[in-house]
Amino acid sequence: MSLQQRVDSDQQLARLLQIGIVLEEVAEARANNHRESLPKPDAELESLLADATEQSAAHRDRLEGLIAELAADSIPFDEINALVEASYGQTKPEDFDGVLYDQLCNEETGYKFYDDMIEAIEASDATFSVDRDRLLSVLRELRDAERDAVETVTTIMEERE
Amino acid sequence: MNTADQYLKAIYLIQQEDNSPAATGRVAEMLDVSPASANEMIGKLEARGLAEHEKYKGVSLTDDGIVQARDALQTYCIIERFLINVLDVEDFRAEARELEPVIDGTVAERLDTIIDRKSECPDCFDPELDACGCLDVEPLEEAAAD
Repeated sequence: MSLQQRVDSDQQLARLLQIGIVLEEVAEARANNHRESLPKPDAELESLLADATEQSAAHRDRLEGLIAELAADSIPFDEINALVEASYGQTKPEDFDGVLYDQLCNEETGYKFYDDMIEAIEASDATFSVDRDRLLSVLRELRDAERDAVETVTTIMEERE
Repeated sequence: MNTADQYLKAIYLIQQEDNSPAATGRVAEMLDVSPASANEMIGKLEARGLAEHEKYKGVSLTDDGIVQARDALQTYCIIERFLINVLDVEDFRAEARELEPVIDGTVAERLDTIIDRKSECPDCFDPELDACGCLDVEPLEEAAAD
């Protein structure tokens, strides 16, 4: 059993990138659903959710680029979207605060995931099929974008208190 | 999840099974580590107020340790169910063990929104099966023989 917080093989790296893609797909699908079901028009929130959807799709593309070099499959968005749709009824936020909180969870989850993954790759001296420096550079960019998104959401939350 | 969580999970499951403190040797065996490594980590858990070790009896989790162990077990259940239901991974046990030190509870909670996990989780976890008892999966021996 591996008891080390590190990434040691192409297979483990590919699996983590697949999980990253799924997390981005969940974030994209939930932000879309929130935007379509806001209790009343709210330009600021609509813009936030549209940006979040766009950012998740862009992050997914970056991760898919890496995963293609590892000869692993991506996860089709349609599949994850259907799973989000199936559970959205039970987990749907009830008001604007709920939408903002869920959006914060999306962004914080992304930040935590990329941060842990970077740490686990840095802790390993394994050689991967994908260039290590480029891999870390992409993951750091994605992590930083998630951190900025967390700040954007928390600023809106504070302004609305 | 981190390695301390993996120890807490193992101690919790052994205590549940034996209804007594967990022998250090059994903890080491479950995690496939040396008894010396297990002793060292158990010492760290004691220092953090998560476990109590009594010579010749074994290690028991404190109330805080039990809460953290159950969270860790739940995260593990989410990873296994996600690997089976969403990614269709055959060797889900081995991959879940590889992934659990890297997947944090926050991340697991988001994955949990797209899997159909039962409300009795993590009490449904079956150590013999090394999986949720509600999952329709092969026992360990049969999976290993495939």
